[in-house]
Amino acid sequence: MEIRVNPTRMELTKLKRRLTTARRGHKLLKDKRDELMKRFLALAKENMELRTQVEAKLVELNRHFAAASAATHPLILKEALCYPKVQAAVEVGTQNVMSVSVPEFRFDEKTIGDDVYAYGFAFTSSELDRALSFLRGLLPQLIYLAQAEKSAQLLAAEIEKTRRRVNALEYVMIPGLEEKVKSIVMKLDENERANNVRLMKVKDMMVAASRESRKNNL
Amino acid sequence: MTEMKLAALGEQNAVLGLRAVGFDVEFADQPEEAAHKLRRLVKSGEYAAIFLTEDLMESLSDLIAEYRDLTLPAIIAIPTAAGTTGYGVANIKKSVERAVGADILFKEQR
Repeated sequence: MEIRVNPTRMELTKLKRRLTTARRGHKLLKDKRDELMKRFLALAKENMELRTQVEAKLVELNRHFAAASAATHPLILKEALCYPKVQAAVEVGTQNVMSVSVPEFRFDEKTIGDDVYAYGFAFTSSELDRALSFLRGLLPQLIYLAQAEKSAQLLAAEIEKTRRRVNALEYVMIPGLEEKVKSIVMKLDENERANNVRLMKVKDMMVAASRESRKNNL
Repeated sequence: MTEMKLAALGEQNAVLGLRAVGFDVEFADQPEEAAHKLRRLVKSGEYAAIFLTEDLMESLSDLIAEYRDLTLPAIIAIPTAAGTTGYGVANIKKSVERAVGADILFKEQR
């Protein structure tokens, strides 16, 4: 990237100041990236473990429900499930992880309670009860999975952004500024030398002229 | 801290049970229908997390990518009634790849 500026001392100072800022920013962002990465990797590992567990349990849950729907008439099953007694809700807050705001879900067991059977037991099968109690037990994990997975996604996005910034600074901004500083310094030195040469030349001419006039006067 | 609801979206067999524990459940078999319902759920802003079956997750990946960088809601894959396709796990790997540039964590698994 070529930055076009006039080769003056003022521009040089300005550029040097920009270069220091860029270097400091680069260092800070690099640190940020490293820390984010550390957190992210831990989170991703946890996320993966949790997901494999929850998925296995959800598959089992589906089996329970399959058993329940085999033992109960589909309409009765639907009726039994469609009017729940409870409303699932979580307390949502945000947590600040390295300036990324990630959600924090707090699930209060008491808001749901253990009684999730919103139906009379006369027409439904015991399989359904089992399926529901299994699901009830799974809820906290399910919600925790949601939090962990969303956090991991958000961190991943932030890391990607930070990495781009770090690279842009490291490979584009900083080299560009360095090169421009160098070229201005060289240009200024060149001017200095040109000036010296001119002065020497003028001095030579003046000496020659005075010698000439002295010769004429004699 | 605010209180928010939970939602689930997918084919009836996979998500019906969640209604019993108080999730707001929407049924959808076709991707277009699901996309419409998902948009509405996200737009309402009332939900902390939306659980979506893996097959829908896969066919709506473009739409979900739009919501990826929002803090809320969390859109989370759950297995379908037929079992898991491994999409959820692949998703985690993808976010590792996105962050690190290569999958360094779970390479050896599966």
